[in-house]
Amino acid sequence: MNQVTPITRATTLKDWETDQEVRWCPGCGDYAILKAVQRTMPEIGTAPENTVFISGIGCSSRFPYYMETYGFHTIHGRAPAFATGLKLANPNLDVWIVTGDGDGLSIGGNHTMHLIRRNLDCQIMLFNNEIYGLTKGQYSPTSRVGTTSPSTPYGSVDRPAQPAAFALGAGARFVARGFDVSKELPNVLKAAHAHKGAAFIEIFQNCIVYNKDVFEDFAAPKGAEDRQLWLKHGEPMLYAKGTKGIALDADELHLKTVDVVDGDWEAAGVIVHDVTNRSVAHMLVEMRFGEFPMALGVLYDDPRPTFEADVWRQNAAAREGKTADLQGLLKKGQTWTVTEGGPEL
Amino acid sequence: MATAVVDEADKRQSPLSDAVVVRFAGDSGDGMQLTGGQFTLSSALAGNDFATFPDFPAEIRAPQGTLFGVSAFQINFGSSAIDTAGDAPDVLVAMNPAALKTNVPSLKPGGLIIADEGEFNDRNLAKAKYDANPLDDGSLAKWQLLKLNISQLTMDAVKPFGLGNKEALRCKNMWTLGLALWMFDRDRQPLIDWLNGKFAKAPDLAAANIAALNAGHAYGETAELAGPLKQHHVDPAPVAPGLYRTLTGAEGIALGLVAGAQLAKLPMFFGGYPITPASAILHHLSRLKEYDVTTFQAEDEIAAICSAIGASYGGALGVTSSSGPGIALKGEAMGLAIMTELPLVIVNSQRGGPSTGLPTKTEQSDLYQAVYGRNGDSPMPVISARSPGDAFDCAIEAVRIAVQYMTPVMLLTDGYIANAAEPWAVPDLTTYEAFPVEFLTEVPDGGFKPYGRDDKLARPWVKPGTPGLLHRIGGIEKEVDTGHINYAPGNHQAMTDIRKNKIDGIKVPDQIVELGAEGGKLAVVGWGSTFGPIHQAVRRKRAEGLDVSHVHIRHIWPLPANLGELLKSFDKVIVPEMNTGQLKTVLRDQYLVDAKPVNKVSGQPFTIAEIEAAIEEALK
Ligand SMILES: Cc1ncc(C[n+]2csc(CCOP(=O)(O)OP(=O)(O)O)c2C)c(N)n1
Ligand code: SF4
Ligand SMILES: [Mg+2]
Repeated sequence: MNQVTPITRATTLKDWETDQEVRWCPGCGDYAILKAVQRTMPEIGTAPENTVFISGIGCSSRFPYYMETYGFHTIHGRAPAFATGLKLANPNLDVWIVTGDGDGLSIGGNHTMHLIRRNLDCQIMLFNNEIYGLTKGQYSPTSRVGTTSPSTPYGSVDRPAQPAAFALGAGARFVARGFDVSKELPNVLKAAHAHKGAAFIEIFQNCIVYNKDVFEDFAAPKGAEDRQLWLKHGEPMLYAKGTKGIALDADELHLKTVDVVDGDWEAAGVIVHDVTNRSVAHMLVEMRFGEFPMALGVLYDDPRPTFEADVWRQNAAAREGKTADLQGLLKKGQTWTVTEGGPEL
Repeated sequence: MATAVVDEADKRQSPLSDAVVVRFAGDSGDGMQLTGGQFTLSSALAGNDFATFPDFPAEIRAPQGTLFGVSAFQINFGSSAIDTAGDAPDVLVAMNPAALKTNVPSLKPGGLIIADEGEFNDRNLAKAKYDANPLDDGSLAKWQLLKLNISQLTMDAVKPFGLGNKEALRCKNMWTLGLALWMFDRDRQPLIDWLNGKFAKAPDLAAANIAALNAGHAYGETAELAGPLKQHHVDPAPVAPGLYRTLTGAEGIALGLVAGAQLAKLPMFFGGYPITPASAILHHLSRLKEYDVTTFQAEDEIAAICSAIGASYGGALGVTSSSGPGIALKGEAMGLAIMTELPLVIVNSQRGGPSTGLPTKTEQSDLYQAVYGRNGDSPMPVISARSPGDAFDCAIEAVRIAVQYMTPVMLLTDGYIANAAEPWAVPDLTTYEAFPVEFLTEVPDGGFKPYGRDDKLARPWVKPGTPGLLHRIGGIEKEVDTGHINYAPGNHQAMTDIRKNKIDGIKVPDQIVELGAEGGKLAVVGWGSTFGPIHQAVRRKRAEGLDVSHVHIRHIWPLPANLGELLKSFDKVIVPEMNTGQLKTVLRDQYLVDAKPVNKVSGQPFTIAEIEAAIEEALK
C-alpha cells in the first residue's frame, strides 16, 4: 500500500452511537464531548468501519465504548503506543486517541511526547478536567497549585503542566483548544481531522463531581466574550466584541492586551492570526489566563510528513527489486555443503 | 551441535584428538570475537562439528589491559557430535596479562598457553595485578607455555605496508589466527578471500592483514620442531549431507519469526527497545523489510509491546522482544493481550538478574516470570529454545500457537544461545506445514460474537476496517460471547475458566526422551540452553553403564500431556538449571514428583563435568 485512500461514506449522528449504556456521572462534561464528536463525524464524512477510537484508562477513556466504530480501551497511559502499531500496520485507518490529563500527561506523558514528535497521523483528544476522575478525585499534573484532594488535603504544591505548551514543545504540528460545551468544538475537531499528522486537541472538561466548574472563569456563558479569544486563521486576535486585542510588545518580546478604539485594530497593533507561525504559537500556548483571555480554537497548524507514511515509504524502497525468498535468505552467509565425500565451499 | 547422524557416542568417550577446545582471550580491543568467528568458519569448512561461547565484558570500551576488559571466545570443535562449547580449554591464546590471569584457571592441566610476551610489560602486569611476570616465575608450570612476541612478529610482518604503530598492531589477531589455522591444519584461502572482501576499500589494510595471517601460519611451520607447538588434524565429523551454515540464536529467532509469519501468511510488526542481549533480534529484522517486516524502535519496552499489540489488533503478527528488566515492564500489556485475546509473540533473551544483574552473562532465571509473572489469573503459553537451530523452530511454533489460539506466547532463549554459533543444516521450508490465518470478514450464521469461540476456544480475529463487524475491546472483563463490559460474578468465573481452559487445551507434542530409556533409575530433566552439557554428560555416564536418561522440555507451558507419567517412571529426577530451582518447582507442583534441583547461577553455562558429578551424586 503506497497511497492512502480516505474511505468516505454518508452517515448520520445515529450511525455513530452504540447501544451501550453511557456510564459517566450525570452532568459530566464528557457527555457534551461525546455528542460533539458524534455530531462531527458525519460532517467529516469518514466511514465508521474505518474509524478506530483508542483510549487509555480514566473516565475519559471509556469513550470508545460509546462510539459505533472500532474501539480499543487499552491500559493506563499507553494509548499512543497502541495507535502507533495499529497505524503502522494499516495507515488507511482513521485513528482517534482519547486520553485524560492523568492518562496522557502523567503515566503516559512519555508516549504522548513521542507520538507527537514522530508525527503519527491521528487525532489526540486530551480531556483536561485537572483531576483524576476515575480514581475518585486525586489531584493531577494539570491541577492548579493549592488543589485540595484526597491525596493533597493541605493543597497541592507542585506546579501544573500546560498540555498545549507540552505538545508544542514536543514538536506538535497542530495544537488546538476547546471545551466540552462549546459550540465551536466541532469546528476544532474538523480542523484537527483535516490536518495530516498528529493533531493535539486539549479539551477542557468539567468533572462535576471532583473538580466542579474549575473552568467556569472563562467557560461560563456570561461574559464569555471578555474571557475567550477564539483564534481564526487570517483574522485579527480580537475579543470582548472587538474592543480588545492581542498585540506584540516589540521591546519586551511578549504578547500584551490592547484596547481597540472604534474598531481600528490595526492602529492598536493587534496581530493577525497565522496558524503556521510557530513563534507566535509558542507565545499563545503560554498566555496566562487572567491577565489574558483564554486562547481557544486552532492555535497552530502547519503539517509535515507523517511517521507512518515515511515508514511505509522506506519499507517500500527497501523492498524495491527484492523478492521475499526466505529459502534463499536461509542459505545466505557462511555456508558450506556436506557431500558423502566431506565438506566443500 | 545437533548435526551428527551417528549416536555411537553412547559407546565411547571422546578422546582429546576427537575434539579440541580453544579459547582466544585478549583485551576488548584485540578483536578476539572476530578471530573466534573466523576460526569458527574455518572449522565449519573443515567439516568439524562445533559449538562456540563468546564471553565479553559489559563495558563498551573497558580501559585497556584491565581484568574486567577481557574479551574471550571459546570454540569446541571435533570429529564427532559436539554439544557444548567445552568445559576446559586445551589451548588458551592470551593476548595480554589480564587475559592470562582471568582465563588460565580453567585451562586443562597440561594444556597449551600461547602468550604474546610483547604485552607482558610492567604496565600491563600491574593492570592485571601481577606482582611478578607469570611467564618467567614458574607459576604456569602445570601447563605448557609458548611465549611469543606476537606484537613484534606482527610489526615485522606488516612493515612493508607502512602502517602506523597502532594500525600495525591491530593485525595481531590475524597473526594469531594464522598460527591457529596452521595448528589445526586449516586452509587459509577462505580467510584471505574474506579479508579482501572486508577491506575492499582499503587494499593496503587487506594486504597487511593477509601478510600477518601468512606470517603466523609460516611461524607454525618453521617452529614446529622445537617446543610444545604441534600440528593437529581433526577429522571431519560424520554429518548428514546437505547445505550448512553457521547460525547464532539471534539469527535463529529472527529467521524463525519471519518463517512463522510467512507460514501464517501475515505481515510482521516488530516493536523493540534496545537491551542486551535481545537487541540483535531487532537488528536482524530491521534488515529484512522485503519479507513484509516492519520494525519499530519504540521509546521504551512498554511502548514496544503496546505497539506490537496495536499491530496485531490491526491484523499483523505483532512481535516484541526484550530481556529480563524489559520483560518486567511489559507485564501489564501482556495481561491486556490475554484479556483481549490477540496474538503476540514475546521473546525473552534471558540474562543474569535480578535488576540490571549481569547484562552480558547468561541465566535461566525468568521461568517464573514467564509462567506466573503477571497480575490476575493470566495463563500464557511458554516455549523455550535449546540452541540456535532449535530457536528457529521454536519461533515458528510460537507464531503458530499465537495465531491459532489467539494468545500472546512467550519464547524463552538466553544470552548464551543468542550469541553462540553452531552449524545448522539449512531446512527445506517446503517441509513446514503452513497455517494461514483466516480473518473474520462477514457476519457469520447466528450473528457476530466478538468473543464467540471455535473448537480451540479461540475467538475470531477481525481487522478494523471490516464493514459490519464493528466492536470494541479492552482490558475490562468481557462478557461471554458478546465481549461487552461485564462485572458480574458468574461471568468473571466463566471467563477466567475459558481463558485457562484455552491455554490448557493447547496441543503440544508429547515429551520424548532425548537419550536413554523411558523409565529407569534417573532422569535428568532440562530446558533451554543447558541441553548441550546435559546431553554430553548423560551420554558419557551411559557409556560408563549408568542407568540415566535425558529429558529436555521445550513446551514449558502448557507442559506436554504425558510428562507427569514419564517423570513418574523414573526412580529419581534431577533438574539442572541456571537459576535457583524454577522448573523444579513447577514440576513438583504439577506432578508431585520429588524433582531435585541442580543449580548454577554464576553467569556461566554448566560444564559437562558438573552435570556428570550431579548424576553420580544422584545415583549414589
Ligand atoms: C497502571 C495503572 N495505574 C493506576 C491506575 C489507576 N487509574 C485509573 S484512571 C487514573 C487516572 C485517570 O485520570 P485522567 O487520565 O485524568 O482521567 P479522568 O478519569 O480524569 O478522565 C488512575 C490513576 C490504573 N488503572 N493503571
Ligand atoms: S468522576 Fe468526573 S470525569 Fe468522571 S464521570 Fe464523573 S464527572 Fe465525569
Ligand atoms: Mg482527568
